[in-house]
Amino acid sequence: MINRTESTSQTITLTIDGQSVSVPRGTTIWSAAQAAGIEIPVLCHSPKLEPVGVCRMCVVDVGERVLAPSCMRECRDGMAVDTTSPKVEQHRRVLTRLLLEEHLVPCEREKTSGDCELEALGRRYGLTDPQGHSLPEKATNPLQDFSSPVIAVDHQACILCDRCIRACDDIQSNHVIGRSGKGHNAQIAFDLNSPMGESTCVSCGECVSYCPTGALTPKAITLPIIPKSEMKATDTVCPYCGVGCSTTVYTVDNRIVMTEGRESPVNHGRLCVKGRYGWDYTMHPHRLTKPLIRKESAYPKGALSSEVKETSGQRRKPGGIVDIDEVMPAFREATWDEALDLVAEKLNGIKQAYGNNALAGFGSAKCSNEEAYLFQKLVRAGFGTNNVDHCTRLCHSSSVAALMETIGSGAVTNVFADVENSDVILITGSQTTANHPVAATFMKEATKRGVKLIVVDIRRHDMVDFATHFAQIKPGTDVAFYNGVMHVLIRDGLIDEKFVAQRTCGFDELKKLLLDDYSPEKSAAICGIPAETIVDIAETIGRAKSMLIFWGMGISQHITGTDNARCLISLCLLTGNVGRPGTGLHPLRGQNNVQGASDAGLIPLAYPDYQLVTRFDIRQKFERAWGVELDHHIGLTVVEIMKGALAKSIRGMYILGENPFISDPNINKVRKALASLDFLVVQDIFLTETAEFADVILPASTFFEKTGTYTNTDRRVQLGRKVVDGPGESREDWRIICEISNRLGMSMNYASPADIFAEFASLTESYRGLTYENLGPTGKLWPCRDPEHEDGEKILFGDTFPTLDGKGKLVPCPYLPAAEVPDAVYPYVLSTGRVLEHWHTGSMTRRSQALNAIEPEAFVVIHPIDLAVLNISDGERIRVSSRRGAIELAVRAEESVEPGCIFIPFHFREAAANVLTIDVLDPFGKIPEFKYCAVKIEPVTESASA
Amino acid sequence: MGALSEEIRERIRAEFPKYPNKRAVTLNALHIVQDAQRQVSIEAMREIAELLELHPAEVHDTMSFYGFFRDEKAPLGKKRVWVCRSISCMLRGGEELLADVCHDLGVKPGETTADGEVTLEFAECLGVCEGAPCVLVNDECYPNMTAESTRELIKKP
Ligand code: SF4
Ligand code: SF4
Ligand code: FES
Repeated sequence: MINRTESTSQTITLTIDGQSVSVPRGTTIWSAAQAAGIEIPVLCHSPKLEPVGVCRMCVVDVGERVLAPSCMRECRDGMAVDTTSPKVEQHRRVLTRLLLEEHLVPCEREKTSGDCELEALGRRYGLTDPQGHSLPEKATNPLQDFSSPVIAVDHQACILCDRCIRACDDIQSNHVIGRSGKGHNAQIAFDLNSPMGESTCVSCGECVSYCPTGALTPKAITLPIIPKSEMKATDTVCPYCGVGCSTTVYTVDNRIVMTEGRESPVNHGRLCVKGRYGWDYTMHPHRLTKPLIRKESAYPKGALSSEVKETSGQRRKPGGIVDIDEVMPAFREATWDEALDLVAEKLNGIKQAYGNNALAGFGSAKCSNEEAYLFQKLVRAGFGTNNVDHCTRLCHSSSVAALMETIGSGAVTNVFADVENSDVILITGSQTTANHPVAATFMKEATKRGVKLIVVDIRRHDMVDFATHFAQIKPGTDVAFYNGVMHVLIRDGLIDEKFVAQRTCGFDELKKLLLDDYSPEKSAAICGIPAETIVDIAETIGRAKSMLIFWGMGISQHITGTDNARCLISLCLLTGNVGRPGTGLHPLRGQNNVQGASDAGLIPLAYPDYQLVTRFDIRQKFERAWGVELDHHIGLTVVEIMKGALAKSIRGMYILGENPFISDPNINKVRKALASLDFLVVQDIFLTETAEFADVILPASTFFEKTGTYTNTDRRVQLGRKVVDGPGESREDWRIICEISNRLGMSMNYASPADIFAEFASLTESYRGLTYENLGPTGKLWPCRDPEHEDGEKILFGDTFPTLDGKGKLVPCPYLPAAEVPDAVYPYVLSTGRVLEHWHTGSMTRRSQALNAIEPEAFVVIHPIDLAVLNISDGERIRVSSRRGAIELAVRAEESVEPGCIFIPFHFREAAANVLTIDVLDPFGKIPEFKYCAVKIEPVTESASA
Repeated sequence: MGALSEEIRERIRAEFPKYPNKRAVTLNALHIVQDAQRQVSIEAMREIAELLELHPAEVHDTMSFYGFFRDEKAPLGKKRVWVCRSISCMLRGGEELLADVCHDLGVKPGETTADGEVTLEFAECLGVCEGAPCVLVNDECYPNMTAESTRELIKKP
């Protein structure tokens, strides 16, 4: 069939329906036709999937004996393609009729979104018309599976096009769907033919978005789904994690009905379960709709709901959200003016009586750059103090401290998608599939193309399935492990000597420490990884042309968090893995705007863009810009502010969108701290546990109710657009901040978020030049030299680092043990973290029907060996206690943890992991050691649990 | 854990060196398990997947494609008896032979006797047309069978 005389040029010219078309060699006929504006119908094909050619709907006439599938067949020079000949049309018509034989018309997709591709073909060939072709009407359909909380399966509507299988396997790398049986009995199957809801499906919904028929459809979450053309579509981004996926949100009558992934360099249309199904919290009946003032009778202040009052582990009520009925009676509704006047009066009063530094503010990494900028401006210029911080303190402050110290910049040096150019990926202290699910899909994909993946973690999480190397180190021994690896690199001459000589300083000190004290054997004794494995991993890293390192809270949330990060940085610098494609340092940012909130100055030591408050020239610049005198002392951090409240040196606080009662370590102490504040104003979307301690509560807006920019983990600044109006009298957060500021005598007048962004950008280097207009549909990476024409810089520090001498600093770090090691009384190590379906303190995700249905309850993961010793069975309720408190929750037996280590997700207030955690801090990043404390485990006796 | 004994696992592992990758051992593993356990249970498939470093869905894909394999819903008896009904055997009384055996054992093709001893199947050509009609018991083929000789054969311990 192959034309031997064909030229070898890279461009192929052919005719399609008489039209001459030139395409690059290797293009399929279908793609060539598409490019020429000729639509060829397909069923099994989709542009982002590998063609498989199983349905034969796309056949065309190329003058051969048989028709050719255009989705598979490559174009050849001189080919004459006919896409609509009678023979072709007849073939498609028959095929459609055969497929419709077993298809209930209308199927679920046609009934809801109205876009069943098979039925559209049926209409095209006049086959779904009742007179044209009668379809079997079956009263019941035994082939339905409604076991998944978010997806409805109807095998009858399935045409076995394999699109879902490729979406699950190739796009998301979840490998849940297969085929079962053959011939007439063939159907798609989840795992070992389990019901979908019982399979390993992670509910990402990718398969649904590729299914052409009603076989896989989304279940309605709020209102029934209707055709997209009848809904309002708004392009925005996901409100959850730092990946920052692009989305399109569909609404009807001010209510969100569904969300779809949108094409962007970040997610290429992919989403995870949170982004796709976790938005209905915004319409939850518990939303705050009026300002609230604490009643006289509710003083002296304290917690209100029984669960927050005493976290002894007693569970009063099932379910995981603040009991409104218990808390509401302590508050009365007020007008905005009354509430705002009271806030201003009280804050001013404290300022007069105890000085500016008796005030403090917590912003949030969930608010936009504009809100973060305004909030820190209010605290700095309005309150007159630098006591402003946010939850970055609890996630990456140690990473940022290490990065600033060594390479002069806290941001990632490369975007996560650049794994496609890496030889080796190192993932450490990050359960990526749960916490950055869409980023993880690109990493999993890279491993299938042969990229080596090294996972270093205390838990055996899902990424390990894709790893070539896995080191399950003992908790808190990261420094020892990496020192061992670097020892081998130096000892065996596997470092990049040129890079070390030209671009780093401090090599001799580092070398001395490593060679003297961290032989693989010595490291092995500390971290529990055999010396040969350490050598093997070191050699893999040393031989790689390019390595990209990703890390998460497993690295940062330790008292040695900064040291841990320093080791990773040294590892990169020693091997010259910065500033080139496929290389870099990437601390995965947790919340959607961790990067942006820090960029916007929501940290105690710096104004926007990390300009230090202690530098006179910088302070002058901001004093000029803001028109007031500013404090030159570095402010207090999150945990320090809580300690200050306990000590009565902090008297008044403004908390915007944070819930320290659940998120901060040692909750019992936080409770006392919050209760001892003279005045607390909380601005939030729900009555959070923290709001129970408030004097005034201001009803704020959710992500979907306001416009603003958010900066993702890659430094990509993206526009989140307002999708719906907020309920009742709730207001957009930036407006509330302005109102308070104006009442404190610091005037703030902005017409729109775009205005605020312009002011913020003008005071920075990184954001300068960016505007709402030039951010475009998919945002821009900062820095961006020419935002009108360029996407921004992916890879930083190709020639030099923004340090004083332009060099990267190698900092030797000796291994130090964790603060509270297990002993006879508290023999287990507790590590905390997140699960895929939940977010932070659960105030959003636990009010999202789908997410809550998938993961409704608190649990603790314990190794079966430990359970056997303790005589506890899987599923049993147990009590976990530390020196600071105790909680009760259900056991989940898993071998993902090592014996002696247990894991508790911190989202669940009724068994809040942070009752147990210790509030010791990393000396540099001031981050608490969430990942390590000593606990004991006991069965719950019947009488205690009753 | 525990559907596959260490001995079965060892036998599966012993196949690895014969093939370019572990995936290629899928069919052999299914055979080894079915021979020993008279079925390939869901749990066994999960453990095979683990051994071969495949996703469970991939093992199930292959297993369910071949009617030869049985899951726990229809496990095999100790003996699996195949009576050929393909053209040569049919011309020489294969269909009648099958009907007789069905009657004797009180089962239909595909079923297993109540005592769990015998599973009866029909075969589509055993490749022994010169000895039609023929019968296969487990892996052994017997040519020129009659109702009488088949009965004896099945009874043989
Ligand atoms: S929802 Fe996601 S994980 Fe589940 S079957 Fe579909 S693609 Fe696979
Ligand atoms: S990966 Fe993160 S940003 Fe993307 S959809 Fe999921 S939660 Fe949202
Ligand atoms: S679309 Fe080409 S064969 Fe299915």
